[in-house]
Amino acid sequence: MIKNAEWLVVGHSKDFPIRIGRTIHIKGAEIAVFRTSENELYAVENINPHPKRGPLTEAIVSGHYIYDPLYDWKIDLKTGIVQEPDHGQVKTFAVCEEGEEVKVSLETV
Amino acid sequence: MINSKQKLVVIGNGMAGINTVEQILKLTDKYEITVLGNEPHPNYNRIMLSYVLEGSKTIDDIILNDLQWYADQGITLYTGKMVKSIDGENKKIHTEDGLEIDYDVALVATGSQSFILPIPGKELPGVIGFRDIADCSAMLEAAKTFKKAAVIGGGLLGLEAAKGLVNLGMDVTVVHLMEDLMERQLDREASAMLKAELERQGIKFAMQMQTSEVYGQDRVQGLRFSDGSELEADLVVMAVGIKPNIQVAVQCGMETNRGIVVDDLMRTSVPDVYAVGECVEHRGICYGLVAPLFEQGSVIAKHLAGAETEGYMGSVVSTKLKISGVDVFSAGEFITQPEHTVIVAKDEWKRTYKKVLLRENKIVGTVLFGDVSESASLQKYVRQQTQMTDEIYGQIMGTGCSNHGAKTLSAETMADDEIVCGCNGVTKKAIVDAINDNGLTTVDEIKACTGATRSCGGCKPVVEQILQYVLGDSFKTSAKQGICGCTSLSRDEIVEAIKTKGLTTTREVMNVLGWHNDEGCSKCRPALNYYLGMINPDTYENEGDSRFVNERLHANIQKDGTFTVVPRMYGGVTTPEDLKKIADVSLKYNVKVVKVTGGQRLDLIGVRKEDLPKVWEELDMPSGYAYAKSLRTVKTCVGSQFCRFGTQDSMGMGEVLERKFERLDFPAKFKLAVNGCPRNCAESCTKDIGIVGNDGGWEIFIGGNGGIKARLADSLCKVKTDAELIDIVGAVMQFYRETGQYLERTSEWVERIGLEEIQKAVVQDTDHRQALVERIEFALQQVEDPWKKIINDEDTRKNLFEVVTPSIV
Ligand SMILES: Cc1cc2nc3c(=O)[nH]c(=O)nc-3n(C[C@H](O)[C@H](O)[C@H](O)COP(=O)(O)OP(=O)(O)OC[C@H]3O[C@@H](n4cnc5c(N)ncnc54)[C@H](O)[C@@H]3O)c2cc1C
Ligand code: SF4
Ligand code: FES
Repeated sequence: MIKNAEWLVVGHSKDFPIRIGRTIHIKGAEIAVFRTSENELYAVENINPHPKRGPLTEAIVSGHYIYDPLYDWKIDLKTGIVQEPDHGQVKTFAVCEEGEEVKVSLETV
Repeated sequence: MINSKQKLVVIGNGMAGINTVEQILKLTDKYEITVLGNEPHPNYNRIMLSYVLEGSKTIDDIILNDLQWYADQGITLYTGKMVKSIDGENKKIHTEDGLEIDYDVALVATGSQSFILPIPGKELPGVIGFRDIADCSAMLEAAKTFKKAAVIGGGLLGLEAAKGLVNLGMDVTVVHLMEDLMERQLDREASAMLKAELERQGIKFAMQMQTSEVYGQDRVQGLRFSDGSELEADLVVMAVGIKPNIQVAVQCGMETNRGIVVDDLMRTSVPDVYAVGECVEHRGICYGLVAPLFEQGSVIAKHLAGAETEGYMGSVVSTKLKISGVDVFSAGEFITQPEHTVIVAKDEWKRTYKKVLLRENKIVGTVLFGDVSESASLQKYVRQQTQMTDEIYGQIMGTGCSNHGAKTLSAETMADDEIVCGCNGVTKKAIVDAINDNGLTTVDEIKACTGATRSCGGCKPVVEQILQYVLGDSFKTSAKQGICGCTSLSRDEIVEAIKTKGLTTTREVMNVLGWHNDEGCSKCRPALNYYLGMINPDTYENEGDSRFVNERLHANIQKDGTFTVVPRMYGGVTTPEDLKKIADVSLKYNVKVVKVTGGQRLDLIGVRKEDLPKVWEELDMPSGYAYAKSLRTVKTCVGSQFCRFGTQDSMGMGEVLERKFERLDFPAKFKLAVNGCPRNCAESCTKDIGIVGNDGGWEIFIGGNGGIKARLADSLCKVKTDAELIDIVGAVMQFYRETGQYLERTSEWVERIGLEEIQKAVVQDTDHRQALVERIEFALQQVEDPWKKIINDEDTRKNLFEVVTPSIV
């Protein structure tokens, strides 16, 4: 976890259901937050690394991977890295849950 | 330890240079490699620029070796570096910006550039060649603001450019000096057929026209011809030929002619400097295609690695035009000469043409138009100057049924270093080795491992043949592929297991049936969700998170992340009141475009995700399911209510069917059409179920498709009454729901199951029909309108559609 980062509260735990992405607008950034079946939260920039771009929030979530909604690219939520045979990377952000609050740090990990 | 590696410097970061490097890396690691290229990009597939222009690929798609690859291979890459000179005496290379690089061995691979006609006005803005990414971007850009384009040159490149520009919405004229298009690859017959086909696709032609001038003030405005006539154009693409890039070679006194002169080992006249690709002239010939340069590269690689090589003997080139729907192929000699024996087959109805030229009974050339399925074998025969035999004749001219055997044979007799995938330069040996070394069993695995079939896909049949040949008998069994990479089980095995083991959720299916991947993927999850729902319509709880976004949010996602909303219009009929409502909502929510769809409804394009529930609420209409694997539209004609020919009430029947069967999940999307009489105005021959009224009742057609795999529907049966019609339609639907593979359209399903089998199940065997009808009725009782459901469900509304904008920031 990032120590001195600025954490921003983005919502209540129940706003983030399992395997359904949520879009968050915060300080001009657009972020997609996902909760996996293992109950882990991940936050990535909501911009598809595919050259034609598009959102990621509506992806299908499987483990800590998502399948993007427009081109079916497989992306690792932990690193943001697009899986073979495609290439690219999406920005990832730190996200945590404290009590019932979900917090995001805009510093990229 | 001192670095014992030799310095290899490659000038030109194009297809030939890098392919040669790849081949060298496979054979030896004794070189420390530096690559200098003047383009700002890593190595890309120049061939594919035509697809980028046409819109089916992006620049990113055509990158062959990304920066990471160079790094991984330990290659030092300089992009945007123009080499000025080679100092052969001191073995140094100089760039224009003053860099100096030592070499032990140098490789010139500078390719060529577009030949620009030396006519007045050639330097006006808007006049370009078709060679690199910059040219391609210039065309894409120009198409946004300008309307009229002229392409000078009716060869391969010119025609591909023209097609691309037509696709970009421009009005394109190809100006050609000769009487025939592609006259250097095609004979008159094929050329005429090609022209007719391209005219059908919207390209205009100005034949036998010599351009004498480009005119315009600040930008090109048009062309003037030698006969004084003119053609307006805001963009002029010159595709009249290429000119080898030999400046660097000329400067250092290397022997050049049209290209850089090389011997059979691809050595230039300067010691330790080799040359490869389009900049090269070998035995008097400069090649302008990739296959020869792969062969040249392989000679250099072997030579530099110290392996045996016979040397480069020249190539037999073949041409394939990459325009969709226009299959043209030629190889070797193609213009009939008195000494040739000619085999020709021309079919004006199917628009195919096939010509094979023999000299002293040896196959020396071929031209194919319309059907190029024999191109791979013919190319080989031409290269090897094979003797014509009855067997070969039968194979290529299509008599007898020796076809299949001959095909396997061709994979077997193919030489090891023959290039199978021209786009990516993959040889037969590379594929065979990949299969043997890594135990590959599918074309997809071969693609991931070698890159073959990764680009245009034209080589796929041959790759399949090789796979079959290498695996022999185990091909069939090992080729058994599951529904996705997560399992080796087939659809039928999964469905069977769900039924017998009583599985109830996707998770359970994956656990019990041993998925390799705990939570499945975007292929199996939606499929399992469908199968489970089909098997247990009343108890299965739909898993939204296993559905593709469109079906989860009940609207069609567009590439910018907005959505399209399509309300139901039963049978394609609407009312002024509904139209008014649609107009009001569209205005209120700033809909970008209102479009009439192919299935007689209205698309409201460009709705923001957050607005979807409100849009539905205010429309207050049922969902049109334009996004779903479900009944989409029932297209109807006017029918007996108004049409003077109509014998049946098609609008009425269309509405009844759509109301009855809407909302149910199918393996794939499902479309219907109903016509009032056999004139068939609603085009039922391309629908999953097409219904045609006649004097005494209806005729039912199934398995039609107007999409990617076009297919005309088969006549299933004729019925006398409306009730019988509705029963059989329902029975067909349920039979398809129960036996179809997820994502399999009825056009494929009918072919797989067989029309007779379906007739038996839903027409002849009335008990079976009745059982199917009962099951579909039961399933229909469970459906409800998704829009209404979400409007009334606060939680889903919030979790699925709302964007979180925290108040604290
Ligand atoms: C639109 C298009 C479609 C095509 N379609 C087909 C097809 O369907 N089938 C087919 O077989 N072939 C096709 N070709 C031809 C094929 O692309 C070429 O034969 C092949 O790219 C030649 O490879 P090369 O390495 O010799 O040259 P290139 O790929 O052109 O590479 C040469 C590189 O060297 C660089 N360079 C030049 N001079 C210098 C210098 N002094 N210093 C540094 N760098 C320099 C150039 O900028 C270029 O990047 C097509 C070509 C085009 C343009
Ligand atoms: S199909 Fe027959 S009934 Fe229907 S509109 Fe055409 S002519 Fe009229
Ligand atoms: S030949 Fe184009 S992908 Fe193989």
